[in-house]
Amino acid sequence: MIETIVQGLLLGGLYTLFALGQSLMFGVMRLTNTAQGDFIVLGAFAAIAGISVLGLPVGWALAAVLPAAFGFGYLLQRYVLNGTLGRDPLPSLVVTFGLSIVIQNLLLELFSADPRSIETGGLASEGFAVTDSFSLGVLPLMILTVAIAATASLQWLFTRTAIGRSFRAVSDDREIAELMGLQSAKVYALATAIAFVLISIAGILQGMRTTVSPADGPLLLLFAFEAVIIGGMGSFWGTLSGAMILGVAQQIGFRADPGWGIWFGHLVFLVVLVVRPQGLFPKTRG
Amino acid sequence: MSTILSTHGLQAFYGDAQALFGIEFELAQGEMVAIIGANGAGKSTFLKSLTGLVKTSKDSIRLNGESIGGLPPGQIVRRGLALVPEGRRLFPSLTVEENLLMGATAGRTGPWNLKRLFSLFPILEEKRLSPGTALSGGQQQMVALGRALMSNPEILLCDELSLGLAPIVIREIYKVMPSITAEGMTVVIVEQDVSMAQQVSQRVYCFQEGKVSLQGRSEDLTREQISQAYFGI
Repeated sequence: MIETIVQGLLLGGLYTLFALGQSLMFGVMRLTNTAQGDFIVLGAFAAIAGISVLGLPVGWALAAVLPAAFGFGYLLQRYVLNGTLGRDPLPSLVVTFGLSIVIQNLLLELFSADPRSIETGGLASEGFAVTDSFSLGVLPLMILTVAIAATASLQWLFTRTAIGRSFRAVSDDREIAELMGLQSAKVYALATAIAFVLISIAGILQGMRTTVSPADGPLLLLFAFEAVIIGGMGSFWGTLSGAMILGVAQQIGFRADPGWGIWFGHLVFLVVLVVRPQGLFPKTRG
Repeated sequence: MSTILSTHGLQAFYGDAQALFGIEFELAQGEMVAIIGANGAGKSTFLKSLTGLVKTSKDSIRLNGESIGGLPPGQIVRRGLALVPEGRRLFPSLTVEENLLMGATAGRTGPWNLKRLFSLFPILEEKRLSPGTALSGGQQQMVALGRALMSNPEILLCDELSLGLAPIVIREIYKVMPSITAEGMTVVIVEQDVSMAQQVSQRVYCFQEGKVSLQGRSEDLTREQISQAYFGI
């Protein structure tokens, strides 16, 4: 059982990275990005393209994707998504849904439907034995470490820095924040830029851990969405907790029956949604 | 005294509904002016127009001789116009200190900083790490006033400072006004309490249905004149 829980927590690390960008964008702009999963896949394919098409060394390709994601996120928010914000959430949902379809078809056109992965030089299969019957993978542990570090960094940024103060101010009252001299359009763009760095990290690690294909996005979105809802909207440590609960629930399901894992996660999500719709840790500010 | 702010034929709209009808307004350097009027007379809309929250035509507002009508709020606050909004509107997820620091976003320099504000309102230093909205109404008003002062404005616009506050708290708030105006800051207050408005200001404008129905020196205006201008009877 302990092995199952540990494996669930490791899986939760990956789900945390899927969900943090969503949590940040919702926390600052009340924007639900329905293309989140497809952007994760796009991040993975961007790294794969850098390695296999441009011939960049793995490290260089990964390093190039992060600033590119930052710039892409900034421009996307500034010139596309800002126009969809308002009291009605429908325009942003429709636009990000449209982006989701465009990304899936673009990737299908460019890379075909074949699953691909990022070459890790054996890292994905490395591990060490904890007991005779239980060993831990190096890559999943790395992913969990990155997830905890990303959550802590984001919480620190949000609660301890002037940028975070701006994020919280525009989220609280955009009109008054602008009256103070903030340019909400730029603050939103910065939040999305940071979210896209997290999204690209999630994509790269997903591509290193397993395979990715253009059609994977919706399922990854679902995991991200479930983690955010279970943890509580807009709370980063809550998102991490939600992702861990989801990961553990799926692993318990897998242990019961190999076909039950994903379904078990959905079940826990539904129970939380019914019993505690605001999430388990809904405190939105540090 | 030289004119620092003026409006000429200022009109403002909410969608198709017109809220202000050709407001002519002048403010001299270092002056304290009160705007009075019934609910819906256009007082708050006027302040929102001055600060860019309600769009107006370019040449209808002049600050230090420069047209500022239609500029976004961020550019107007950088030019030295700060608003204490009606209902205070503190940022609920920010502490008292963070709320005050938000006021300094515009990056203007001047005498107002955290240290000076805390000496003006010592209670805020004690509660600087509390959420702004966890304070009493009067303390929240101090934060809202302090937040506007942190932008080191040339002109401070106060919208209904006394709204929802007990008389003793209102007196406490107005007691600090001389410290604020002592260094020549120009102040406009929108106030429902007519006697308080007359007491603290040098000149009064009375608004009625989006127009200026009366203006004059505070000490010269009689109760009858104000009643007529206020209610239109």
